[in-house]
Amino acid sequence: MNSSVAVQWKAVCKLDDVLPGTGVGVRLPGRQAALFRTSDGSLYALDNRDPFSQANVLSRGILGSMGDKRVVASPIYKQHFDLETGQCLEDEAVSLTVYPVQVEGDLIKLAVPA
Amino acid sequence: MAKQQLLLIGHGMVGQRYLESLVAQGGREHFDITVLCAESLPAYDRVGLTSYFSGKTADDLSLVPEGFFAEHDITLKLNTKADVIDRGARTVTTNTGETLNYDKLVLATGSYPFVPPIPGNDRDNCFVYRTIDDLDAMIAASKDGKVGTVVGGGLLGLEAAKALHDLGLQTHVVEFAPRLMAVQVDDFGGGLLKDKIQELGVTVHTSTGTKDIVDGETCKHRMNFGEDNYLETDVIVFSAGIRPQDELARACELELGERGGVVVNNHCVTSDDSIYAIGEVALWEGRIFGLVAPGYQMAEIAAEHLMGKQEKQFLGADMSTKLKLMGVDVASIGDAHGNTPGSRSTVFMDQTVGIYKKAVISECGKKLLGAVLVGDANDYGNLLQLCLNEMDLPGDPAALVAPVSDGAPLLGADALPDTAQICSCNNVSKGDLCAAIDDGAMTVGDLKSCTKASATCGGCSALVKQVLDSELEKRGVEVNNHLCEHFPYSRQEIYHLVRVGQITTFDELLEKHGSGEGCDICKPTAASVLASCWNDYVLNKPHAGLQDTNDYFLGNLQRDGTYSVVPRVAGGEITPDKLIVLGEVAKKYDLYTKITGGQRVDLFGARVEQLPDIWRTLVDAGFETGHAYGKSLRTVKSCVGSTWCRYGVKDSVGTAIQVEERYKGLRSPHKIKMAVSGCTRECAEAQSKDVGVIATEKGWNLYVCGNGGMRPRHADLFASDLTDEQLIKTVDRFLMFYIKTADRLQRTSVWLENLEGGLDYLKQVILDDSLGIGAELEAEMAHVIDTYQCEWKTTIEDDEALKRFKHFVNDDSADDNLKYVRERGQRRPAFEHERIELVEEA
Repeated sequence: MNSSVAVQWKAVCKLDDVLPGTGVGVRLPGRQAALFRTSDGSLYALDNRDPFSQANVLSRGILGSMGDKRVVASPIYKQHFDLETGQCLEDEAVSLTVYPVQVEGDLIKLAVPA
Repeated sequence: MAKQQLLLIGHGMVGQRYLESLVAQGGREHFDITVLCAESLPAYDRVGLTSYFSGKTADDLSLVPEGFFAEHDITLKLNTKADVIDRGARTVTTNTGETLNYDKLVLATGSYPFVPPIPGNDRDNCFVYRTIDDLDAMIAASKDGKVGTVVGGGLLGLEAAKALHDLGLQTHVVEFAPRLMAVQVDDFGGGLLKDKIQELGVTVHTSTGTKDIVDGETCKHRMNFGEDNYLETDVIVFSAGIRPQDELARACELELGERGGVVVNNHCVTSDDSIYAIGEVALWEGRIFGLVAPGYQMAEIAAEHLMGKQEKQFLGADMSTKLKLMGVDVASIGDAHGNTPGSRSTVFMDQTVGIYKKAVISECGKKLLGAVLVGDANDYGNLLQLCLNEMDLPGDPAALVAPVSDGAPLLGADALPDTAQICSCNNVSKGDLCAAIDDGAMTVGDLKSCTKASATCGGCSALVKQVLDSELEKRGVEVNNHLCEHFPYSRQEIYHLVRVGQITTFDELLEKHGSGEGCDICKPTAASVLASCWNDYVLNKPHAGLQDTNDYFLGNLQRDGTYSVVPRVAGGEITPDKLIVLGEVAKKYDLYTKITGGQRVDLFGARVEQLPDIWRTLVDAGFETGHAYGKSLRTVKSCVGSTWCRYGVKDSVGTAIQVEERYKGLRSPHKIKMAVSGCTRECAEAQSKDVGVIATEKGWNLYVCGNGGMRPRHADLFASDLTDEQLIKTVDRFLMFYIKTADRLQRTSVWLENLEGGLDYLKQVILDDSLGIGAELEAEMAHVIDTYQCEWKTTIEDDEALKRFKHFVNDDSADDNLKYVRERGQRRPAFEHERIELVEEA
């Protein structure tokens, strides 16, 4: 995220609320995010809106890897999105917003534009 | 430049091929094309005519791609016969009184069946076997008759006999020659063929000529054979050879052969250089070619010649044939009768199994000149290539016909030269196939669509596959069935690793046998295998991230992100009270309601956070999950059977419920559908299911590996007259063997088609227990059945599991992005353009 844009860290849930290897939906002001926890404990957050179906479902996608990229697969039409960059692997023109994630104690926080 | 007028008389298989070839070469730019077709239907597959009796429709047989005439702006006049050709004025007058000009004329009028000059041959219910109209007339006549007779025991005559037999008539074949298929096979082969066909219930009279046909006593006709010999029959079909349909040419004085046929040169041009003749009407070097492949060749050569290309010439054609007559394989290659001076034959005959093979070898003993195969024509492709390419025999000539114990092909596809013709119907050489493979064809399907190889009669499909495999191997393409980049194994191998290694989690499987982090292919596959093996609750934490969203939320994801709810309605039987509960739930949550093809009710539009409440109501009312979301047993459809139906032989509903209760929740490589019919009227459509059961007077008939969907397949009869107990035991073994050995997302139909040894092998494994795994399969199934749980019942009792049924982790509200419109009294998700309108209105 561009450093010139002011961000605000928003606590969204506890670490235990997200099972390893799964994702959850997060309500942010005016938007929805998908928060993922991989089986090794890393956390990522992207837009929850699937740009191919316009449905808010990416949090329900299956996590995995393609080559050296960590990805989530859309549950609707199965396109893959890079968890680090939000880039769609099947369509160069499509990418999702990435939300930085941090953990404080057992709280998970997402960075959202202020 | 003004376009020239091209007139084609005759729209059969060869005529259509001519049009396609001409269009492909840009012929429309130079010619306005008009086609006269005397029949009421455009070109259809005359070679496949007999299949019209086994259920194919005129549409199925049609050879004309949809929209062909409109797309290429070709005028087709059906029911229009050419009456007169005026070569001087270059006009053709039709039976409709029209006079058409032509610059170039093509005769593709084909042939007509020869009817022997027997007194009485014009009586009612005497037919020929040539057109769909002939077939319709035969079908109509057979309704009132008991006995049907074909005059002529050649290739087409036996096809006609099969048709009569299929129509339920007692069928006879009367042949003047001392054997059947006199042109193609010899006395031994003909004798064996006769035996085999008689076994099927058709009576064959060889060396029999008909003197006259008169009124019968027990049937409509009596055919008198001389002395006191006669046959009574209701329907007679003449199939005693063909004659070129050349009267138009005769009337306008084109050069004809002594016994008919329009004389053509190597470019199919007649004695008038504005007129071509192709197909069975054409006479080349004194010969008529009564097969479709040479006709196609002529069509292409004539089309090229018209476009000014002269390279290709017609130089005769190989008349080898292979076909299945009433289930009996018959093939004839080259000099089948050993007419070549000095030739010698080597013969294998086994009357106990009904196989006859003869190879005709050249005087030098090195070349194959011809062959006859009856009862087993698997070697046809190999022998034909040896013969056509004049290749040196690979070894002892006797080995050509001797039974091969290890089943190894006589001749690898590798050994064939590039010029070897693999598909004679469509003139595809090995070189053509190799070029297509170089362009990226990877499967037989690819080759079929880009070269047309094996697209007509299919006789060469095994050889096409051999060429494909050997060429791919040569190009270093490893054909693997690895699941995905994380596991270098097939699903079947994963299944074994899990079972043998007692692996219970995906992480363990990945650590021991895989790499990377898994993906949306291998995770659900592993989850399914783990469930098939150990039947753990799918929502247990270690499995949570493996599931496709459908399995994770125990519902079917729809296009707007909501789910559908399908409770189990075993066998389609439901009480009014339960039906009312479904209605009440649907009403309360405003769920779009639809009856499924599997005799149950689908409720659409449930949001994740609504699912637990919905299911609590349903479970309380006695419903269980229907597993509509899983790769698992879906439904067992039934007809009402003996419960109510006056024709019902057995209790199909009861058996359907028993079977559905037994296998519900069974996780498998793909969905499984079943059905039980209470009598042979088959109202439950069991023959389109993975497992189909049909009641007979003597027990249950079991059908397997059928399906509907994108590529429908009729199920195969697997076992007959089973008791209830035998039925369950057989289905237990069958399903477990499928689960153990199938690939990911492989329906039983495709699994069977890929199973080496096919249906016979499957029968050996399941019915005869040839692998000795019957008891093991049953025990594994018993474990799955014993550990069944309704996933929804377990879920609504598990607070931990219920946590996931929220759209937002930090808020209990619903997804606010959902928009609906009402249609036919129910709601459905708005499409994109409707959403915009909805937002504007708001």
